[in-house]
Amino acid sequence: MNDTVLVIAEQRNNQLNPHSLEVIAAGQQLAAQQGLSLVAALPGATLDAGAASLAETRLDDLLLVQHDLLEPYTADAYCAALGQLMAELNPKFVLIPHTYQARDFAPKLAASLDRSLISDCVGIKPGESGPVFVRQLFQGKVNADVVALGEPPYFVSLQAGCWPAESVESGSATPRSMDVSLDASQIRARAEAPERGAAQAVDLSSAEIIVSVGNGIEKEENIEIARQLAAAIGGELGASRPVIDEGWLPLERQIGSSGQTVAPKLYLALGISGSSQHLVGMKGAKTIVAVNKDANAPIFKHADYGIVGDVMEVMPALIKALQG
Amino acid sequence: MKIGVCIKQVPAKDSPIAINEDGRWIREDDLKYELCGPDEYALEAAIQIKEQHGGEVVAVSLGPARSTDVLRTALAKGADRAVHIQLDAPEVTPPLPAAKALAEALSKESFDLILSGLQSDDQGFGQTGVIVAELLGIAHTTVVVDLEVTDGEVKVKRELEGGWYQSLSLPLPAMLAIQSGINTPRYASFKGIIAAKKKPLESVPAAASTEAHQQTLKIYVPEKTKDTQFLEGDPDDAAQALIAKLKTEAGILS
Ligand SMILES: Cc1cc2nc3c(=O)[nH]c(=O)nc-3n(C[C@H](O)[C@H](O)[C@H](O)COP(=O)(O)OP(=O)(O)OC[C@H]3O[C@@H](n4cnc5c(N)ncnc54)[C@H](O)[C@@H]3O)c2cc1C
Repeated sequence: MNDTVLVIAEQRNNQLNPHSLEVIAAGQQLAAQQGLSLVAALPGATLDAGAASLAETRLDDLLLVQHDLLEPYTADAYCAALGQLMAELNPKFVLIPHTYQARDFAPKLAASLDRSLISDCVGIKPGESGPVFVRQLFQGKVNADVVALGEPPYFVSLQAGCWPAESVESGSATPRSMDVSLDASQIRARAEAPERGAAQAVDLSSAEIIVSVGNGIEKEENIEIARQLAAAIGGELGASRPVIDEGWLPLERQIGSSGQTVAPKLYLALGISGSSQHLVGMKGAKTIVAVNKDANAPIFKHADYGIVGDVMEVMPALIKALQG
Repeated sequence: MKIGVCIKQVPAKDSPIAINEDGRWIREDDLKYELCGPDEYALEAAIQIKEQHGGEVVAVSLGPARSTDVLRTALAKGADRAVHIQLDAPEVTPPLPAAKALAEALSKESFDLILSGLQSDDQGFGQTGVIVAELLGIAHTTVVVDLEVTDGEVKVKRELEGGWYQSLSLPLPAMLAIQSGINTPRYASFKGIIAAKKKPLESVPAAASTEAHQQTLKIYVPEKTKDTQFLEGDPDDAAQALIAKLKTEAGILS
C-alpha cells in the first residue's frame, strides 16, 4: 500500500485529452524517481478510445472506472467514483491534469479525504524528503517550491504544456475494469452534455502573423492602432481574455485555453503579461515578439524579441518602420 | 435570497513584486492592494441576483486588517453586510486551511448561494470555493459564465476548454466559482461610498488553523527559458531594429 503513483486521465469528446499523456510522462518520471509503481485510471461511460491510447504507454496497471452515471460529467459522480478508487488503491501520489474539469472535482475529492491539492504545478524536482512541486504565483511572475506534508495520498494537478507528451515511454498496458457503485440520487446537478459555442467566423489557427493585444492596451479606442498595425504587417488581430471580457473585441479573437490555439510564424504580444492560460494558446508560434512596459513581465520568458516600452508609443513606431 | 460572496484583497496588478528576506513571501511594505480581478465578477453577480430576486448580499474576506478595504468597496457597490475573518499570514496560505476558516464563518448563516471568483490573482490555487462547498456539504460548480436563479435552483453555463460549454442546474443552496467576463462590474457611486460607512462590518477571528498538508518552502523569480533579444533605444529605433531583425534573422517579413 502507498506504493503507487496514480494518474487520473481525462477523456474529452470520446478521445483521450492529450494533456493526460503529459501527466503520464510526469508520472513515469515521478514513479521512477521514488521507486513507486504507476497506475492510470480513466473515469467515464464509454472509454474505448481513451483506453486504447493509454494502453500504448508504459504503465503497471490501467483501470477503467466505468459507469453510465459518469457521463455527462458531474463533480458529485466523479468524486463518488474516484473516492472508491482511492479506498481500493490507497495511492501515495495522485497526479491530475489541471483541466477545467479537474478544477471542478479535484479540490472536492482531496478535501473529502481531508487532504490538500497542490494545484497547477509546472515542475517536479527531487528534494531531501520527497518530491518538490513547483507552482506559479502572481500569474507567473514568481515560482514557489511546495512539498506535501502529513499522510498520503498527496494530490497534485499539473499545468498543460510542461511535460512534453512525446517524452511518454511507450509500452503495452492491459485495461482492467474496476466496478464502482453509483446511484443517481448521489448526483445533485442535472447536467447536460458539453456543446460547442457559436460557430466562429474567424479561424486564427491558419493565420501566419497575429498581432495580439492585452490589458496593456488600456482603452477601447486604442484597438484601432493595433488594427492598423495588423493591416500594415499583413496579420490578423488577436487578444487576451481581458480585452474580450471588456467587449473591445469579439470572442472569436480570444487566444488561450478557453479561446483559440494558434501557431503562426509571427506572434506579436502587445501589453500581454503572459499568463499560463494565454501562453497555452500561442506557445507554438515560431517567433514571438513581446512589447511590455514591465521588463519583468513573464511573457518575456517566452519571447524571441522584446521591446520594453509603452504599446501606445511602440505600435505607431512599428507602423512607421513597416511603411518606411 | 441570501447570498454570500467570498472576496480577496491582492497586490495591485501593476505593483512591482519583490521577494522578502526569508524567501517565503513578497515584500509588502510599498505595495498597493486591490480587489482580486475574478472576485469583482463574483461580487457583481451577487449584487445583480439580489437586484432581481431581493434578499441580502454578505461579503466575506479572509486576510489581514487591510482586507477591510475590499469589504468597504463591496459595501459601496451594493453588498448589505460584510464579515472580515482576521488572518495575519505573511506567507502562502494553502487552500485547505483558508477554506476551513471561510466555511466556519459561512456556516453560521444559512446562505442560499455562495459565490467566489474562480481563482486569485496572487496565489492562484483556484480551489477555495470548491473546498468551502465540500465542507458545507452543498453542491457546486466552477468556471461559470452565465447563471439564472429560478425556483429553488440555479441554472448555469460553465466554460470548458477551446470554446465548449456545459449547461447544468444545481439545487440551492449551492456554491458557484465565477469566471471573468460573466458581467460588467459596476463602479462604486459616490452615494454608495457614503452609504457604505453606515453598513455593518463585523470582524471575527479565523478558526484555529488546521493541518495544511502542504508547505511552501521558498518563492523565487523563475529562470528565463529563452534568450530574448531586447531591442533598445527610443520607440522608433527599437521598432526599426525589430522589423530589420524579423526580415533578416527570422525571415518572416519580406
Ligand atoms: C480558467 C481560466 C481560463 C482562462 N482563459 C484565458 C484565455 O483563453 N486567454 C487569455 O488570454 N486569458 C485567459 N485567462 C485569463 C488569464 O489568467 C489572465 O488573466 C489573462 O491572460 C491576462 O491578460 P493580459 O496579459 O492581457 O492582462 P494583464 O495580466 O493585466 O497584463 C497586462 C500587461 O500589460 C502591460 N502593460 C500595461 N500597460 C502597458 C502599456 N501602456 N504598454 C505596454 N505594456 C503595458 C503590463 O505590464 C502587463 O504585463 C483565463 C483564466 C482562467 C482562470
